[in-house]
Amino acid sequence: MEIEVFLGKIKAEFNEDYDTGDLGLDDNIKNMEWWSSMHALVIIALIDTEYDVMLEPSQMKSANTVRELFTLINNIKG
Amino acid sequence: MALMDIRNWKISGIAAAVPRNVIENSDYSVLSALEKKLLIKTTGIERKHVAEKNQTTSDLCEVAANKLLDRLSWNREDIDLIVFVSQSPDYYLPATAIILQNKLNLSSNCLAFDVGLGCSGYVYGLSIVASMISAGHLKKALLLVGDVSSSTVSLFDKSTYPLFGDAGTATAIEFSENSSGQFNMMSDGGGFETIIIRDGGIRNKVSKESFDLKEIGEGISRRDLDLELDGLEVYSFSVSKVPPLIKVLLKETNTMPEDYHYFVMHQANRLMNETIRKKLKFTKEQSPYSLKDYGNTSSASIPLTICSELSGKVETENQKVLLCGFGVGLSWGAVTLNLDKITCLPIIEV
Repeated sequence: MEIEVFLGKIKAEFNEDYDTGDLGLDDNIKNMEWWSSMHALVIIALIDTEYDVMLEPSQMKSANTVRELFTLINNIKG
Repeated sequence: MALMDIRNWKISGIAAAVPRNVIENSDYSVLSALEKKLLIKTTGIERKHVAEKNQTTSDLCEVAANKLLDRLSWNREDIDLIVFVSQSPDYYLPATAIILQNKLNLSSNCLAFDVGLGCSGYVYGLSIVASMISAGHLKKALLLVGDVSSSTVSLFDKSTYPLFGDAGTATAIEFSENSSGQFNMMSDGGGFETIIIRDGGIRNKVSKESFDLKEIGEGISRRDLDLELDGLEVYSFSVSKVPPLIKVLLKETNTMPEDYHYFVMHQANRLMNETIRKKLKFTKEQSPYSLKDYGNTSSASIPLTICSELSGKVETENQKVLLCGFGVGLSWGAVTLNLDKITCLPIIEV
């Protein structure tokens, strides 16, 4: 699984409504102007559907960047 | 795990009543335009029916029950049991089911009691009534299920207010030697704070502080008398616990998803329900939704969805269905049964 592919999936999920073009691997997504708790749900569902990994709410709360989410997924998948 | 094969009962009819008053989520001023768009896309909820100030769950259930009994031409003297499943009873005491026994002109020989459950309540209610009917002493029963959740959510809480609609339903159940239902049900009180109203019970009695509006976060202000819901925890619970429960039930009944005409889930929100559906490999065509026009109607959502989406089918053909409720408690359960040419009324607006 490529990290850039994962970033692309997250951008694609939201770019219909928000400008996600500048979102980088190490940006804190929760600091984005458009971020809300609903986006966290959408990302959890995306990860579950695309990678068959169910993040715990505490894991989602502690991960702030796309890179941290990617690392979490890889750690869980082993 | 509570696996039960309950024999000798069937559902004969279902009716659902909602308040006439409709609130559009596009008009909800706490959310920005983009937030509204995301909310509707994520939850699938565009509008909900909301009770008038003095309209209660039992009022809605009473209308649904009267219409259903009239359509079935059941003699009210023949009804042996009435169970009211709700988390919005008329009073702290007495039980609402007993008030409804009188309002519906049922015999005083009728057993009547309440069950305090939310989103899993329809499946639990069916299991209770089915168990009592199955023994053969009681022949006919009414299961009245619903909630007026709008009375428990804060207008200033974007995490709850747009989600919940109000509804009351009635399900007629009777003894039948050739019918059965297979149940699987579970509970986890470790998650009791995931969906909770903190004050108003004996643990935290109503106090002056209960009415204080507290700012929890941006767009989230509520009192301790209002419903509190941890969306991430609910999602995590639902998508991790519901599929295994259903897989066990499928295995125990030696059935596959394709053996069912319909998989009717509690209408929580579209994102969550779609994730569960995909995990279990039910098709979109098997999985009806009533979320768009009614929102999350708590324990009423399964019978309401049957009435709003499947009435044409269940009235004319035998439909094998898998029903599944999950939520507050935490509590979850599923049942497989046949809806064989039952009476199913169109949604009643009150």
